[in-house]
Amino acid sequence: MPVRTIPPLRLALTLVLAATAGTLTACGDGSGSDPDTVKVVYNRSTDNTIRFKDEHLAEVKRQFEKANPGKKVELVPVQAPDNDYATKAQQMMRSASTAPDLIYEDTFRINSDIKAGYLRPLDEYLTGWKEWDRFLPSARNAARAEDGKTYGVPDGTDTRGLWYNKALFARAGLPADWRPRSWDEVLDAARAVKRKVPGVIPFNMYTGKAPGEAAVMQGFEMLLYGTGADPLYDPGERKWVTGGQGFTDALEFVRTVFREKLGPDVSDALDPNVNTRVATEWLPEGKLAIALDGSWMGQNWVNKGPREWPGWGEELGRAAMPTQHGQSPGTVSLSGGWAWSVPARASNPELAFAFVKALQTPANATRWCVVAAQIAVREDVAADRAYLTSMPGVDFFTSLVRYTHYRPALPVYPQVSSAIGEAMEQVTTGDATAERAARAYDEQLGTITDGAVVSGRG
Amino acid sequence: MSATGGRWRWAPIAPATVLMLLFLGGPIGYCVWIAFTDTQLTGAAGADFVGFENFRRAFADDAFRNAVWLTLVFTVVSAVLGQNTLGLLLAGLMRGASRPVRSVTGSLVIAAWVLPEIVAAFLLYAFFRREGTLNALLEWLGLPAQNWLFTLPILAVSLANVWRGTAFSMLIYSAALAEIPRDVVEAAEVDGARGARRLWYVTLPMIRRSIGTNLMLNTLSTLSVFGLIWAMTRGGPGSRSQTLPVYMYDQALVKSLIGYGTAVALLLLVVGALFSVVYLRLMRVEL
Repeated sequence: MPVRTIPPLRLALTLVLAATAGTLTACGDGSGSDPDTVKVVYNRSTDNTIRFKDEHLAEVKRQFEKANPGKKVELVPVQAPDNDYATKAQQMMRSASTAPDLIYEDTFRINSDIKAGYLRPLDEYLTGWKEWDRFLPSARNAARAEDGKTYGVPDGTDTRGLWYNKALFARAGLPADWRPRSWDEVLDAARAVKRKVPGVIPFNMYTGKAPGEAAVMQGFEMLLYGTGADPLYDPGERKWVTGGQGFTDALEFVRTVFREKLGPDVSDALDPNVNTRVATEWLPEGKLAIALDGSWMGQNWVNKGPREWPGWGEELGRAAMPTQHGQSPGTVSLSGGWAWSVPARASNPELAFAFVKALQTPANATRWCVVAAQIAVREDVAADRAYLTSMPGVDFFTSLVRYTHYRPALPVYPQVSSAIGEAMEQVTTGDATAERAARAYDEQLGTITDGAVVSGRG
Repeated sequence: MSATGGRWRWAPIAPATVLMLLFLGGPIGYCVWIAFTDTQLTGAAGADFVGFENFRRAFADDAFRNAVWLTLVFTVVSAVLGQNTLGLLLAGLMRGASRPVRSVTGSLVIAAWVLPEIVAAFLLYAFFRREGTLNALLEWLGLPAQNWLFTLPILAVSLANVWRGTAFSMLIYSAALAEIPRDVVEAAEVDGARGARRLWYVTLPMIRRSIGTNLMLNTLSTLSVFGLIWAMTRGGPGSRSQTLPVYMYDQALVKSLIGYGTAVALLLLVVGALFSVVYLRLMRVEL
């Protein structure tokens, strides 16, 4: 073969072909819109043994199709971690040909999607719906945007606190009715476990980028909101807070946990599958003494759950997360929750809302809170015996609603959350001090909010 | 075709050309446009033209520079040094091996290559993780355990990519070595060229063009490796294995900054083009 120079066109073509591998393209599945079918998109757990949501929705679908002959419900599960589910949902909502009629969304993303023009206000449907008055005010506000309109119907909330293993506590010489009153008491308990019960993980909190919002909310904000008023966003100034002492202190707490080896091995803590391990391995097998985690944990251990554990109600204690130094009100919790929303490009909004009503009959609303280990957002459900006795600890976690905080429901929150995850990861690996990670966060915050920040001196 | 029909000679390929322009050129053009806007997946309704803002931001961003550096490390270690050299070595050794040895080795290496990327990624994650197969083996041999996914994640994913991609190089080099005429080899032997000298002065120059082609294809495919790294480390811990494709995904689809992510994608394309030009110049690759 003779040596030739390359024709430029062929070279260009090769590069173009190579380029297509790296370009961002999104494709939809052109669902078409049948006026008698309501297309419902929701997130299916990545754990194949967890199917309570699928079963509940299938049950409501049966009721709905029986009550509305000729109408159909098409359930479209998306099996993905929360971050990826949100991305997929946003891509579906971008175009009329792929937009579902009803979508299940984490309320912390709702404002971002409202601002992007993906969602439809529901006020016209809510005004004639008597059940709406039974929702707690905080829940009615969960999906209310800056324009005063409501864009979603929440179906439950959650609270967060400390779960601890009583048997390990006994071996470490700690009380069975543990009630820590400050961060130091939490750390001291973990240190006691480390000293006296070798081989177990004293304390787990989610951290870093891999667990996503679980690390930011369950881990960091449970600390941050115990350091003072409005440590993240100043509603009076309508600006995000930089340079707050509370922020640095909370990072310092995270750093202490991993520097003193009070937490899991750092590589386990930063593993994307860590929350599954906490729920199905570390807690049930008695390898973890204290877990800063959510009200829904029991759902992993009940009948037909991913990891049956009949004794969990007795073997685990539950304690409220204290504020930093025990300052008033002494207890801190954060709440989130998911809501049903109708995309702006939905082809059957009326039918979609009819399905929301079916989901929220008192019986279905109660059933959902029971099977999903949700904290009720409706007065009638919260007073329901079946709900209050559905699981050990439901009453305890319902009592935390009084102290709970909601994340700043603003469009840029998801980006802020991502920046917090990075700061946590830096102090967890020991790559940065708390001060340095906090400074890097402040810089990122300036970029995210175009400089709309206020300096926190508190 | 008659000689006078020269004007219509392009007609048979016209439909294909139009389709290419429509379905390949169109999206690429659209991506180039997006890279100059502040399009977001969520959090903003409209998108404005912002000129070179995204590119300016990328070059000022430590995370981007870190991603470029890691991409170069990943590409050089796993494609240029790893897959390429190991592929040549395997091809050379297999030429002298007996048929059964050849077929067993060949099938093992190719098996790693035909596995879907995500399957390979989980296998290697299970191999490298702290309670993984590798540490079980090391423990059994009485050697200290390692935790590369955490301490040197870029090395772990590079090794994973070598394991997965060597087959391709091996096949190319097997074909190239088979093409070397016997009489050239015999002449070299008569002249007393043996071992390393024969490799350097005879074999490598004879297969130079295959080396160039192989390097180019390896490099371009390695530059765009995403699934392997994502499944093994998610670009972590911190950003210690965040190569450009992972960084791009993080910015575009996790942080919703589609415009910025697409600009990074274009810059990745530039990196690929630079590598390609170097190979074309050095190796006179045949396309």
